[in-house]
Amino acid sequence: MTTSNFNALLQQKFVEFTTHAGECGMEITHLDASGAEVLLPFREDWLGDVQRQVIHTGIVTTLVDSACGAAVLAHIGSFEPIATIDLRMDYLRPSLRDLPLYCFAECCRLTSHIAFARASVWQKHRDEPVAIAQGAFMRSGRRAAAAHKRTGDAS
Amino acid sequence: MSRVGSEQLVAARLAAREHNDYAPLVAAVPYARFLGVTAEMRDGLLVSRLPFRPALIGNSARSALHGGVTAAFMENTALLHLLLTLDEDRVPRSIDFSIDYLLSGRAEDCWASCDVSRAGSRVAHTVIRCWQSDPGKPIAIARAHFLLATPE
Repeated sequence: MTTSNFNALLQQKFVEFTTHAGECGMEITHLDASGAEVLLPFREDWLGDVQRQVIHTGIVTTLVDSACGAAVLAHIGSFEPIATIDLRMDYLRPSLRDLPLYCFAECCRLTSHIAFARASVWQKHRDEPVAIAQGAFMRSGRRAAAAHKRTGDAS
Repeated sequence: MSRVGSEQLVAARLAAREHNDYAPLVAAVPYARFLGVTAEMRDGLLVSRLPFRPALIGNSARSALHGGVTAAFMENTALLHLLLTLDEDRVPRSIDFSIDYLLSGRAEDCWASCDVSRAGSRVAHTVIRCWQSDPGKPIAIARAHFLLATPE
């Protein structure tokens, strides 16, 4: 499968592969090797502070984790299991009700075992992010390959 | 549109403190309600629980919990802890959140507890632990800063 075919398939099947992203109504609006843009429509369920009518930062983290995963896979260009090692979120502004959340995530460095990603989230304007984030992901399917290689090296 | 005024927040805290009824506190946070969070007191410590349901799966091929769900559940645990233990009449605002994943989340219930390292007049520093069947083997550890309500 070519990379562009893979990206088209990932974009189309994202919510099937990532059950919870589908449950939340997320949708990949753009995807290529340079990054993923994911849309999360507003729901009353997302509110965290009803007095201020502000969206819970937890759902913003869920959006970022999903978008980073998609960006890393698109960067790799094929399916492989990845696991989040860590994620750091800075909540720059409150996320307001009635507006969707958009996240752009990119894989900024890929090694044989680790992918580094960063992301930003916005509502009205991309240059006024509500959150920025960065994370590290393990290419967990590589463990078996690495063990095999070590065995091979030793013999 | 549901609105929870500060009176309801105070009433929810009272129900939790005096009658060990944590449902009103959870209900004050719509997203916690969406996740299906419950809370209970164990040995004087507030422990929140995320009952497993298939919709919380991140990777359908491996039946692993969505990492974002684990993070959101933990952040919410800190929020509930602060609402219960401090006398805030507004929901504390998240400043930042950092999570380290230690084990893959299985298709089972999660529990989490929060330790407030410091609650200053404006900022609280919290550390959250999340585990599944074995409390001695956390699946993730996180820390979060919250801005407490200041007079406007």
